[in-house]
Amino acid sequence: MRAWKFGDDINTDVITPGRYTVTTDRKRLGEIAFIEYRPEFAKEVEEGDVIVAGSNFGCGSSREHSPVAIKAAGVSAVIAKTFARIFFRNSINIGLPLFVCEDADKIDDGDDIEINIKTGEVRDKTKDIVLKAKPLPEFMQRIVEKGGLVNFLRSDGYDNV
Amino acid sequence: MASTITEKILANASHKKEVAPGDYVVADVSYTMAHDSTGPLAIESFYKITDKVFDKDRVIIVFDHFFPAPTVAGATMHQKSRKFVMDQNLSGFFTNGVCHQLLVEKFIAPGDVLVGADSHTCTEGALGAFTTGLGSTDIGGAMATGKCWFKVPESIKFNLTGSTKKGVYTKDVILSIVGDVRADGALYKACEFTGDYVKNASIASRLTLCNMAIEMGGKNGIVEADQKTLDFLGGRTGKIFRSDKDAVYADEYEIEVEDVEPQVALPPVVDNVEPVSAVEGKPIDQAFLGTCTNGRLEDIEVATRILKGKKIARNVRFIISPASEDIYFAAFEKGYLQDLVTAGATVCNPSCGACVGRHEGVLCEGEVCISSQNRNFTGRMGHPKAEIILASPATVAAAALTGKIVDPRDYI
Ligand code: SF4
Repeated sequence: MRAWKFGDDINTDVITPGRYTVTTDRKRLGEIAFIEYRPEFAKEVEEGDVIVAGSNFGCGSSREHSPVAIKAAGVSAVIAKTFARIFFRNSINIGLPLFVCEDADKIDDGDDIEINIKTGEVRDKTKDIVLKAKPLPEFMQRIVEKGGLVNFLRSDGYDNV
Repeated sequence: MASTITEKILANASHKKEVAPGDYVVADVSYTMAHDSTGPLAIESFYKITDKVFDKDRVIIVFDHFFPAPTVAGATMHQKSRKFVMDQNLSGFFTNGVCHQLLVEKFIAPGDVLVGADSHTCTEGALGAFTTGLGSTDIGGAMATGKCWFKVPESIKFNLTGSTKKGVYTKDVILSIVGDVRADGALYKACEFTGDYVKNASIASRLTLCNMAIEMGGKNGIVEADQKTLDFLGGRTGKIFRSDKDAVYADEYEIEVEDVEPQVALPPVVDNVEPVSAVEGKPIDQAFLGTCTNGRLEDIEVATRILKGKKIARNVRFIISPASEDIYFAAFEKGYLQDLVTAGATVCNPSCGACVGRHEGVLCEGEVCISSQNRNFTGRMGHPKAEIILASPATVAAAALTGKIVDPRDYI
């Protein structure tokens, strides 16, 4: 899976500029991911590709359009040194897995990488190195396993938390 | 165990004796809020879970991001939310102000838990409540269940002491804090503002402080309720919580506000903070006064003091959007709006106005806007090659007057 590398403090206006988010259409949101910041992204990204970023990825507004757009564009996971709080929750809630990895810098744009979703092991096949990412806390894993908060509430609900 | 105000509110709302940072809790929410931009997604999630809101008086919808609708797409989104309001018979539906200001004026009381589908929901914590911004799916879940899961945050204490020099305002104080703490310095943490500067500050100024907690990555902003809070609330009652003296903080900042100069945040990020002198003389095309950060009466009053009887620079648009209808009326009654319009300002309806680049003051390529808002991200107010500079209402008004960035102290 190709790594798409981004820097620090990538905010929600960079991911999905406010002017383009007057829609809830997932397909359209997928087309506008990084539309101004990196116009080739939405055109070239392939199903399963991974975003690799620096610190505070997804900072800014609470707009869920941003993780939805990333997921709709075909991205299967995001690896970053740290994530902004609301973006983190939103991604879990829509079933986009995230991995906090201190060594995210070691991965370069275009590297071929593989993630073990369960263990958080990130293999950079281009560089032949293995990096360790933090697996999600158990509570969040339960939500992601259900495919997001909606399904979690429909099946488990909050009763057994 | 000694606890912070945030921990106490979350313990109370989750029916526990006490909670510690890192605990996962499911808390009862007092209110949920979504606006015209985030509402439709929240509503979609809600209907996937259930078909009836947990309480029709506690689910609040505000149209503020693009009201009245500037485009067909916007009108279609409004139609979706309006149908939800009608179908669910919600009592809290507003189109006359910025969501956070309306919640502060009409609903929130100390001890409440508010979840809003807007990142600046940290604002309302200035009344001594736990208030935080979440995404649409979270809000959909909360509208359905009246509950929400939280990881109890660690707290950071900002102890603000002294008083600011003349012409320096709370906005300058919080910008300088964001510049020091950086955009991710308070990631996931509760930002508790305390000290004699905060005690002496107006409710409006406390709201400005809490509003920008998210610009440091904070989960919530909070100020303990005091007599001033109770006076502001009128008859509204809540439960007052206070941090224990020996409560544990992840970080403590001591800030002597007397040292703060007028500040600006330069594009493209909020923590790119400099004293105003760093860009003195830079020409501007637009000045914007409004938003949940600084669209309140005291902000409009400062601008009036600078502009009354004068004219703004000919090549500048000065746009004002009072943060709520109450503020709009109060500013009108005091004659501020008349003075400002006479000076050349354009007053828009109480809403987010130009803040998110949807309408009422969009920027084109190469333009520079100085704004009292809280974010200067690339492309936020229109063209990605427009510059947004954040400052206090006084600095914004002085720039409108002169057509360039100047030290406001020379004009007050
Ligand atoms: S005024 Fe600006 S920052 Fe505040 S809620 Fe509206 S768009 Fe967001």
